[in-house]
Amino acid sequence: MAEQPKTIEIEVLRYHPEKDKTPHTQVFEVPFTDDMSVLQGVQYIKDYLDGSLSFRWSCRMAICGSCGMMINGIPSLSCQTFLRDYYPARVRVEALAHFPIERDLVIGMEGFIEKLESIQPYIIPKEPRTPAQGEYLQTPEQLAKYEQFSSCINCLLCYAACPQFGLNPGFIGPAATALLHRYNVDSRDGAQAERMELINSEEGVFNCTAVGYCSEVCPKHVDPANAVNQNKTNSAADYFLRFLSPKGGAK
Amino acid sequence: MKRPLKRSNAPIFWALFGAGGMLSALFGPMLVFITGLAIPLGLLLPADTLSYSRVLAFVQHWIGKGFVFAVIALFLWHAAHRIFHSLHDIGIHAGVGAKLLCYGLALVGTVIAGYTLLAIGF
Repeated sequence: MAEQPKTIEIEVLRYHPEKDKTPHTQVFEVPFTDDMSVLQGVQYIKDYLDGSLSFRWSCRMAICGSCGMMINGIPSLSCQTFLRDYYPARVRVEALAHFPIERDLVIGMEGFIEKLESIQPYIIPKEPRTPAQGEYLQTPEQLAKYEQFSSCINCLLCYAACPQFGLNPGFIGPAATALLHRYNVDSRDGAQAERMELINSEEGVFNCTAVGYCSEVCPKHVDPANAVNQNKTNSAADYFLRFLSPKGGAK
Repeated sequence: MKRPLKRSNAPIFWALFGAGGMLSALFGPMLVFITGLAIPLGLLLPADTLSYSRVLAFVQHWIGKGFVFAVIALFLWHAAHRIFHSLHDIGIHAGVGAKLLCYGLALVGTVIAGYTLLAIGF
Protein backbone atom coordinates (compact mmCIF):
# COMPACT_ATOMS: atom_id res chain seq x y z
CA MET A 1 0.00 0.00 0.00
CA ALA A 2 1.41 3.36 -1.03
CA GLU A 3 2.20 5.82 1.76
CA GLN A 4 0.28 9.09 1.88
CA PRO A 5 2.59 11.76 0.39
CA LYS A 6 3.67 14.17 3.12
CA THR A 7 5.32 17.56 2.91
CA ILE A 8 7.24 19.37 5.59
CA GLU A 9 8.28 23.01 5.78
CA ILE A 10 12.03 23.52 6.02
CA GLU A 11 13.14 26.98 7.08
CA VAL A 12 16.69 27.57 5.91
CA LEU A 13 19.07 30.34 6.89
CA ARG A 14 20.34 31.93 3.67
CA TYR A 15 23.34 34.19 3.33
CA HIS A 16 25.16 35.20 0.18
CA PRO A 17 27.96 37.52 1.30
CA GLU A 18 28.17 39.35 -2.05
CA LYS A 19 24.42 40.03 -2.26
CA ASP A 20 23.03 40.03 1.28
CA LYS A 21 23.76 42.51 4.04
CA THR A 22 22.56 40.11 6.72
CA PRO A 23 21.46 36.47 6.79
CA HIS A 24 17.74 35.87 6.25
CA THR A 25 15.50 32.84 6.27
CA GLN A 26 13.64 31.16 3.44
CA VAL A 27 10.94 28.51 3.78
CA PHE A 28 10.64 25.54 1.41
CA GLU A 29 7.87 22.95 1.13
CA VAL A 30 9.61 19.61 0.84
CA PRO A 31 7.88 16.29 0.12
CA PHE A 32 9.36 13.58 2.31
CA THR A 33 9.18 9.98 3.40
CA ASP A 34 9.83 8.63 6.87
CA ASP A 35 13.32 7.46 5.99
CA MET A 36 14.52 10.90 4.90
CA SER A 37 17.15 12.78 6.89
CA VAL A 38 17.29 16.56 7.19
CA LEU A 39 20.30 16.36 4.86
CA GLN A 40 18.16 14.65 2.24
CA GLY A 41 15.61 17.41 2.81
CA VAL A 42 18.10 20.15 1.95
CA GLN A 43 19.43 18.06 -0.94
CA TYR A 44 15.87 17.95 -2.28
CA ILE A 45 15.75 21.75 -2.05
CA LYS A 46 19.01 22.06 -3.98
CA ASP A 47 17.99 19.52 -6.64
CA TYR A 48 14.39 20.63 -7.25
CA LEU A 49 13.60 23.99 -5.62
CA ASP A 50 16.65 26.26 -5.45
CA GLY A 51 19.98 25.18 -6.90
CA SER A 52 21.78 28.08 -5.25
CA LEU A 53 21.48 26.65 -1.74
CA SER A 54 24.94 25.81 -0.41
CA PHE A 55 25.84 23.26 2.24
CA ARG A 56 28.58 20.71 2.95
CA TRP A 57 28.03 16.99 2.98
CA SER A 58 29.75 13.82 1.95
CA CYS A 59 29.24 10.41 3.53
CA ARG A 60 25.57 10.54 4.65
CA MET A 61 26.38 8.15 7.50
CA ALA A 62 27.84 10.18 10.39
CA ILE A 63 31.44 9.37 9.57
CA CYS A 64 32.80 12.32 7.61
CA GLY A 65 31.63 15.12 9.90
CA SER A 66 30.80 17.52 7.04
CA CYS A 67 27.07 18.10 7.42
CA GLY A 68 26.86 19.71 10.86
CA MET A 69 24.07 22.30 11.12
CA MET A 70 21.90 23.91 13.74
CA ILE A 71 18.63 22.00 13.50
CA ASN A 72 15.93 23.72 15.53
CA GLY A 73 18.77 25.40 17.39
CA ILE A 74 20.61 22.21 18.32
CA PRO A 75 24.02 21.42 16.80
CA SER A 76 23.39 18.20 14.86
CA LEU A 77 24.68 16.13 11.97
CA SER A 78 21.92 16.59 9.42
CA CYS A 79 22.51 13.08 8.00
CA GLN A 80 21.45 11.39 11.22
CA THR A 81 18.60 13.74 12.11
CA PHE A 82 15.28 12.74 10.57
CA LEU A 83 12.49 14.89 9.17
CA ARG A 84 9.84 12.54 10.58
CA ASP A 85 10.82 13.60 14.10
CA TYR A 86 9.76 17.20 13.38
CA TYR A 87 6.68 16.59 11.22
CA PRO A 88 4.09 18.13 11.15
CA ALA A 89 5.92 21.16 12.61
CA ARG A 90 8.36 23.22 10.58
CA VAL A 91 12.05 22.41 10.94
CA ARG A 92 14.62 25.21 11.09
CA VAL A 93 18.06 24.67 9.60
CA GLU A 94 20.91 27.14 10.15
CA ALA A 95 24.67 27.30 9.82
CA LEU A 96 26.60 26.10 12.88
CA ALA A 97 26.60 28.70 15.62
CA HIS A 98 29.74 30.65 16.63
CA PHE A 99 31.37 30.39 13.19
CA PRO A 100 31.56 32.93 10.38
CA ILE A 101 29.15 32.02 7.57
CA GLU A 102 30.83 31.57 4.21
CA ARG A 103 27.56 31.07 2.39
CA ASP A 104 24.16 29.70 3.48
CA LEU A 105 24.91 26.65 5.64
CA VAL A 106 28.63 26.62 4.91
CA ILE A 107 30.83 27.93 7.71
CA GLY A 108 34.42 29.16 7.65
CA MET A 109 36.67 26.53 9.24
CA GLU A 110 40.04 28.32 9.07
CA GLY A 111 40.09 29.12 12.78
CA PHE A 112 39.56 25.49 13.68
CA ILE A 113 42.08 24.20 11.15
CA GLU A 114 44.70 26.49 12.69
CA LYS A 115 43.90 25.12 16.12
CA LEU A 116 44.07 21.59 14.81
CA GLU A 117 47.54 22.26 13.41
CA SER A 118 48.68 23.92 16.62
CA ILE A 119 47.97 20.83 18.78
CA GLN A 120 50.30 18.68 16.63
CA PRO A 121 47.72 15.91 16.15
CA TYR A 122 50.15 13.12 15.39
CA ILE A 123 52.43 10.91 17.41
CA ILE A 124 55.80 12.49 18.12
CA PRO A 125 57.94 9.61 19.34
CA LYS A 126 59.95 9.94 22.55
CA GLU A 127 63.05 8.89 20.63
CA PRO A 128 63.65 8.15 16.95
CA ARG A 129 62.81 4.59 16.08
CA THR A 130 63.75 2.53 13.04
CA PRO A 131 61.55 -0.10 11.35
CA ALA A 132 64.13 -2.67 12.41
CA GLN A 133 63.12 -2.07 16.02
CA GLY A 134 59.70 -3.44 15.22
CA GLU A 135 56.23 -2.15 16.01
CA TYR A 136 55.16 -0.37 19.17
CA LEU A 137 53.40 -2.63 21.64
CA GLN A 138 50.51 -1.27 23.65
CA THR A 139 48.46 -2.89 26.40
CA PRO A 140 44.64 -2.72 26.41
CA GLU A 141 44.93 -0.34 29.37
CA GLN A 142 47.21 1.98 27.42
CA LEU A 143 44.77 1.90 24.50
CA ALA A 144 41.77 2.59 26.75
CA LYS A 145 43.38 5.82 27.98
CA TYR A 146 43.04 7.54 24.62
CA GLU A 147 40.71 5.41 22.49
CA GLN A 148 37.46 7.33 22.96
CA PHE A 149 39.18 10.65 22.25
CA SER A 150 40.42 9.30 18.91
CA SER A 151 36.86 8.99 17.56
CA CYS A 152 36.55 12.72 16.81
CA ILE A 153 35.49 13.48 13.22
CA ASN A 154 36.04 17.27 13.41
CA CYS A 155 32.36 17.99 12.77
CA LEU A 156 32.53 21.07 15.04
CA LEU A 157 29.18 20.43 16.72
CA CYS A 158 30.96 20.83 20.07
CA TYR A 159 32.18 24.30 19.08
CA ALA A 160 28.65 25.32 18.10
CA ALA A 161 27.53 24.01 21.50
CA CYS A 162 30.22 25.77 23.56
CA PRO A 163 29.11 29.15 24.96
CA GLN A 164 32.68 29.99 25.97
CA PHE A 165 33.96 29.48 22.41
CA GLY A 166 31.08 31.74 21.36
CA LEU A 167 32.40 34.43 23.70
CA ASN A 168 36.07 33.94 22.90
CA PRO A 169 36.88 32.42 19.49
CA GLY A 170 40.52 32.26 20.56
CA PHE A 171 39.68 29.43 22.99
CA ILE A 172 41.28 26.24 21.69
CA GLY A 173 37.90 24.58 22.30
CA PRO A 174 36.47 21.10 22.95
CA ALA A 175 37.47 19.00 19.91
CA ALA A 176 41.03 20.32 19.65
CA THR A 177 41.54 19.77 23.38
CA ALA A 178 40.12 16.24 23.15
CA LEU A 179 42.47 15.44 20.27
CA LEU A 180 45.40 17.06 22.04
CA HIS A 181 44.64 14.88 25.04
CA ARG A 182 44.35 11.83 22.78
CA TYR A 183 48.01 12.24 21.77
CA ASN A 184 49.25 13.37 25.18
CA VAL A 185 48.05 10.20 26.89
CA ASP A 186 49.22 7.86 24.12
CA SER A 187 52.07 5.73 25.48
CA ARG A 188 53.93 6.08 22.16
CA ASP A 189 53.97 9.87 22.28
CA GLY A 190 56.62 12.08 23.84
CA ALA A 191 55.46 15.62 23.11
CA GLN A 192 53.23 16.23 26.10
CA ALA A 193 55.35 19.11 27.40
CA GLU A 194 55.09 20.96 24.08
CA ARG A 195 51.32 20.53 23.92
CA MET A 196 50.88 21.55 27.55
CA GLU A 197 52.09 25.05 26.65
CA LEU A 198 48.87 25.46 24.70
CA ILE A 199 46.74 23.93 27.46
CA ASN A 200 48.34 26.27 30.03
CA SER A 201 48.02 29.36 27.88
CA GLU A 202 45.32 32.02 27.90
CA GLU A 203 43.71 30.24 24.94
CA GLY A 204 43.77 27.01 26.94
CA VAL A 205 41.47 24.93 29.11
CA PHE A 206 40.64 27.60 31.67
CA ASN A 207 38.26 29.26 29.22
CA CYS A 208 35.95 26.33 29.93
CA THR A 209 33.27 26.80 32.59
CA ALA A 210 32.25 23.12 32.65
CA VAL A 211 28.97 23.55 30.79
CA GLY A 212 29.28 20.03 29.34
CA TYR A 213 27.05 20.62 26.31
CA CYS A 214 30.00 19.75 24.01
CA SER A 215 29.93 16.14 25.18
CA GLU A 216 26.15 16.00 24.90
CA VAL A 217 26.05 16.96 21.22
CA CYS A 218 29.02 14.83 20.12
CA PRO A 219 27.76 12.33 17.52
CA LYS A 220 30.73 10.00 18.12
CA HIS A 221 30.41 9.78 21.91
CA VAL A 222 33.70 11.48 22.53
CA ASP A 223 33.70 13.25 25.87
CA PRO A 224 35.59 16.49 25.20
CA ALA A 225 34.42 18.00 28.49
CA ASN A 226 36.24 15.20 30.24
CA ALA A 227 39.44 15.87 28.29
CA VAL A 228 39.20 19.56 29.16
CA ASN A 229 38.63 18.84 32.84
CA GLN A 230 41.49 16.35 33.10
CA ASN A 231 43.72 19.00 31.60
CA LYS A 232 42.54 21.68 34.01
CA THR A 233 43.92 19.44 36.74
CA ASN A 234 47.11 18.76 34.74
CA SER A 235 47.54 22.44 34.03
CA ALA A 236 46.93 23.52 37.64
CA ALA A 237 49.45 20.92 38.84
CA ASP A 238 51.95 22.21 36.26
CA TYR A 239 51.28 25.79 37.32
CA PHE A 240 52.02 25.21 40.99
CA LEU A 241 54.61 22.45 40.75
CA ARG A 242 56.72 23.90 37.93
CA PHE A 243 58.91 25.67 40.49
CA LEU A 244 59.88 22.28 41.89
CA SER A 245 60.80 20.73 38.56
CA PRO A 246 64.38 21.22 37.33
CA LYS A 247 63.34 22.48 33.88
CA GLY A 248 60.92 25.01 35.28
CA GLY A 249 58.06 23.99 32.98
CA ALA A 250 56.59 26.11 30.20
CA LYS A 251 56.55 29.90 30.29
CA MET B 1 52.81 28.40 12.55
CA LYS B 2 53.43 29.11 16.20
CA ARG B 3 51.75 31.89 18.07
CA PRO B 4 53.45 33.32 21.11
CA LEU B 5 51.61 31.79 24.04
CA LYS B 6 51.07 33.51 27.36
CA ARG B 7 50.65 31.30 30.40
CA SER B 8 47.26 31.81 32.02
CA ASN B 9 47.06 32.76 35.69
CA ALA B 10 43.67 31.09 35.91
CA PRO B 11 44.94 28.09 37.95
CA ILE B 12 45.20 30.33 41.04
CA PHE B 13 41.54 31.35 40.82
CA TRP B 14 40.47 27.92 39.65
CA ALA B 15 42.20 26.27 42.62
CA LEU B 16 40.53 28.68 45.07
CA PHE B 17 37.22 28.11 43.29
CA GLY B 18 37.67 24.34 43.47
CA ALA B 19 38.67 24.39 47.13
CA GLY B 20 35.72 26.65 47.98
CA GLY B 21 33.36 24.44 46.01
CA MET B 22 34.53 21.33 47.83
CA LEU B 23 34.28 23.03 51.21
CA SER B 24 30.85 24.52 50.55
CA ALA B 25 29.53 21.17 49.35
CA LEU B 26 30.81 19.48 52.50
CA PHE B 27 29.98 22.13 55.10
CA GLY B 28 27.56 24.59 53.49
CA PRO B 29 24.29 22.73 54.08
CA MET B 30 25.32 21.86 57.65
CA LEU B 31 26.19 25.49 58.42
CA VAL B 32 22.89 26.70 56.94
CA PHE B 33 21.06 24.14 59.05
CA ILE B 34 22.85 25.04 62.29
CA THR B 35 22.87 28.83 61.94
CA GLY B 36 19.67 29.30 59.97
CA LEU B 37 17.31 26.60 61.25
CA ALA B 38 18.44 24.62 64.28
CA ILE B 39 19.52 27.52 66.51
CA PRO B 40 16.73 30.04 65.70
CA LEU B 41 14.04 27.35 65.96
CA GLY B 42 15.60 25.61 68.98
CA LEU B 43 15.90 22.25 67.21
CA LEU B 44 18.23 19.42 68.28
CA LEU B 45 21.09 21.56 69.56
CA PRO B 46 21.49 23.04 73.08
CA ALA B 47 20.16 26.61 73.30
CA ASP B 48 23.58 28.13 74.05
CA THR B 49 25.39 26.46 71.12
CA LEU B 50 26.04 29.79 69.43
CA SER B 51 26.22 31.88 72.58
CA TYR B 52 28.84 34.64 72.63
CA SER B 53 31.17 32.91 75.05
CA ARG B 54 31.09 29.60 73.15
CA VAL B 55 31.68 31.20 69.76
CA LEU B 56 34.45 33.37 71.21
CA ALA B 57 36.15 30.32 72.68
CA PHE B 58 35.76 28.57 69.33
CA VAL B 59 37.46 31.31 67.31
CA GLN B 60 40.16 31.80 69.92
CA HIS B 61 41.38 28.26 69.36
CA TRP B 62 43.65 27.95 66.33
CA ILE B 63 41.56 25.12 64.86
CA GLY B 64 38.38 27.20 65.17
CA LYS B 65 40.17 30.19 63.67
CA GLY B 66 41.39 28.11 60.76
CA PHE B 67 37.94 26.66 60.15
CA VAL B 68 36.16 30.03 60.21
CA PHE B 69 38.84 31.59 58.00
CA ALA B 70 38.69 28.77 55.44
CA VAL B 71 34.90 28.79 55.36
CA ILE B 72 34.66 32.55 54.86
CA ALA B 73 37.60 33.07 52.49
CA LEU B 74 37.18 30.02 50.28
CA PHE B 75 33.39 30.43 50.04
CA LEU B 76 34.02 34.02 48.90
CA TRP B 77 36.58 33.00 46.23
CA HIS B 78 34.23 30.30 45.04
CA ALA B 79 31.34 32.75 44.77
CA ALA B 80 33.47 35.43 43.09
CA HIS B 81 34.63 33.02 40.39
CA ARG B 82 31.14 31.68 39.77
CA ILE B 83 29.56 35.14 39.63
CA PHE B 84 32.32 36.40 37.32
CA HIS B 85 31.76 33.56 34.86
CA SER B 86 27.97 33.86 35.04
CA LEU B 87 27.91 37.58 34.27
CA HIS B 88 27.38 37.20 30.53
CA ASP B 89 24.24 35.14 31.21
CA ILE B 90 22.64 38.28 32.63
CA GLY B 91 23.91 40.43 29.79
CA ILE B 92 27.09 41.85 31.28
CA HIS B 93 30.11 41.25 29.12
CA ALA B 94 32.75 40.53 31.71
CA GLY B 95 35.88 42.65 31.39
CA VAL B 96 38.72 43.76 33.61
CA GLY B 97 36.37 45.87 35.75
CA ALA B 98 34.08 42.94 36.52
CA LYS B 99 37.10 40.79 37.27
CA LEU B 100 38.53 43.34 39.69
CA LEU B 101 35.17 43.79 41.39
CA CYS B 102 34.44 40.05 41.80
CA TYR B 103 37.89 38.88 42.89
CA GLY B 104 38.55 42.19 44.68
CA LEU B 105 35.54 41.65 46.95
CA ALA B 106 36.76 38.15 47.72
CA LEU B 107 40.21 39.51 48.52
CA VAL B 108 38.80 42.25 50.76
CA GLY B 109 36.59 39.68 52.55
CA THR B 110 39.59 37.42 53.01
CA VAL B 111 41.73 40.19 54.47
CA ILE B 112 38.96 41.34 56.83
CA ALA B 113 38.29 37.78 57.98
CA GLY B 114 41.99 37.14 58.53
CA TYR B 115 42.56 40.42 60.37
CA THR B 116 39.47 40.05 62.57
CA LEU B 117 40.27 36.46 63.50
CA LEU B 118 43.80 37.44 64.49
CA ALA B 119 42.57 40.54 66.35
CA ILE B 120 40.28 38.38 68.51
CA GLY B 121 43.44 36.84 69.92
CA PHE B 122 44.22 33.36 71.16
